[in-house]
Amino acid sequence: MQNNIDSPDGQNNNDYESWLDRPKYTNVKTLEDRTETRIPQGTWVKCENCLSQLSIEQLEKNSYVCLKCDEHLTISTDKWISLLSDKNSFKELFSQIKTSDPLEFKTAGNSYKDKISLLQKKLQVDEAVKVGRATLNDIPILLSVMEFSFIGGSMGSVVGERIFLAMKMAADKKIPFISVARSGGARMHEGILSLMQMAKTSAGTSMLSKAGSPFISIITQPTMGGVTASFASLGDIIIAEPRTQIGFAGPRVIQEAVKQKLPKNFQSAESLLENGFLDMIVSRNNLKQTLSQIINILKN
Amino acid sequence: MEVPILLDFEKKKLGSLHAKLKILYAKREKREKDYQTIKKLETKLQSKAAVIYKKLSCWQRTQVARHSSRPYTSDYIQHIFKDFIEIHGDRLYKDDRSILAGLAVFNGRSVVVVGHQKGRNTQENIEFNFGMPNPEGYRKALRLFKLADKFSMPIITFIDTPGAYPGIGAEKRGQASAIATNLQQMFSIKVPIIAIVIGEGGSGGALALSVADHIHMLENSVYSVISPESCASILWRDASYKKEAAEALKNDAKTAFRFGIVDSIIEEVPGGAHRDSMLTAKHVGEAIEKSLKTLSRKSVATLLAERIEKFAKVGEFL
Ligand SMILES: [Zn+2]
Repeated sequence: MQNNIDSPDGQNNNDYESWLDRPKYTNVKTLEDRTETRIPQGTWVKCENCLSQLSIEQLEKNSYVCLKCDEHLTISTDKWISLLSDKNSFKELFSQIKTSDPLEFKTAGNSYKDKISLLQKKLQVDEAVKVGRATLNDIPILLSVMEFSFIGGSMGSVVGERIFLAMKMAADKKIPFISVARSGGARMHEGILSLMQMAKTSAGTSMLSKAGSPFISIITQPTMGGVTASFASLGDIIIAEPRTQIGFAGPRVIQEAVKQKLPKNFQSAESLLENGFLDMIVSRNNLKQTLSQIINILKN
Repeated sequence: MEVPILLDFEKKKLGSLHAKLKILYAKREKREKDYQTIKKLETKLQSKAAVIYKKLSCWQRTQVARHSSRPYTSDYIQHIFKDFIEIHGDRLYKDDRSILAGLAVFNGRSVVVVGHQKGRNTQENIEFNFGMPNPEGYRKALRLFKLADKFSMPIITFIDTPGAYPGIGAEKRGQASAIATNLQQMFSIKVPIIAIVIGEGGSGGALALSVADHIHMLENSVYSVISPESCASILWRDASYKKEAAEALKNDAKTAFRFGIVDSIIEEVPGGAHRDSMLTAKHVGEAIEKSLKTLSRKSVATLLAERIEKFAKVGEFL
């Protein structure tokens, strides 16, 4: 057995590519994009889980949580930002830091460089994370939201740098840092540089701790590999959305390694809560209120 | 005497010499002439190996890094430390044998040593879980780091793992959390930390022992975000493209050095560390000594600030 854990048989904790194969993610446009760009007001959207037809107005009022089955539908980074921050309070930071191709990474016929520019055009998103300053119920915060549609929300140099700088700023200002994670793990295309972003963002959490800035980590569907194994698991308070898949190695890698069926609800937020690795599971509708309550108590 | 098995890329040039040596080594009653022949063949093999090893591809280095005769953590402990006392268990759940940890004396100084441990045969591989730690291993390591902090002992870590173990129990007991906690806590340990990548630096499972002030890599060791096989099966949809994946990932020491992740590359003997464990260990010992000298002079505040700075500056972007 000489395979990497993040590896055996290759589908490892970094297997965000295989996540992208799931029907749910093959349409890289998020629900919100569909809402805003293609579906006129008053039309209906099919729930990804129970397949119920839901009206956009209803969903909009319910934070994009299915009214029939409670499925927390995938929403875009900007939607997350407006969900958690006060109206027009978000000011994006460090967006001048742009992706390069340090390894000149190529697979058969495809270059990382091309992949990046293609995605940037297609998604109108420049990287797998957006960070900025905002207020949450009038509390100044630093906010970081990952974008799964951008190479599986994977963490490379830009993601690491933006998150680290935002953490550093929160520590300097002694204000809370709030992160929304959703990621397949470290980004393969930047090799060891991506691995090191795990250490770098963890260094950021250490600075937050020393400064006494609360760090609340929100884990959303799905969060795996190097992101779970770094900053996302280091919040003073760790919150997940219901039924989120959270883990280190990918299920297929584990199955390959242990040669047995995986238990029910394996790597679900519910089982992590039971095993003591989460503080709470919070419905998206109650998230902002819960955050402000926690911060007010911590900073009192 | 034993001859290490040949890797596929060595067979063509070293095959016949290797076979001759094997016979001579096995000979029960060696005569003076046999010793002379052995010496001659060994020199010849070494110089031919040196030519091959001058220019290895990333995949070939991966093979060398995984060679079954490559010196392991326990070998370095034996060769360059004195009075090693093994410490067991995480005081929470278990003793994870895939991480070897203990107290020792290095050049007259008390130190804490922690490293991944691989096995050389089936029985050892089961015992050490192929060098793939469960959460308990990382928690044992952290316990030792805190002990080192308490008694002001520098920490020396050896990195040699395919990765953290992808098991059901490992996930249930918080593999990700254990790794993350080490990454964070190592930034607060107030003693010098020196890491040496001696074989496979396999992803997060390797990183969890490598948040160090100085990181050294053996010339033919590898350090990567993912193994070539895994990367190939994801991006090429076929694990057999491992060679291409290794070249694309650039998992060698030179790349890690170029990006400022690794502070020095420790030269191996021509033909790889497994052809002379003693000499390789000597070189490793010298690198540790040099780092200790530099790091011991720094104040705690400087040490901690520079450790954060070391990782903060890693990243390439426009
Ligand atoms: Zn539904």
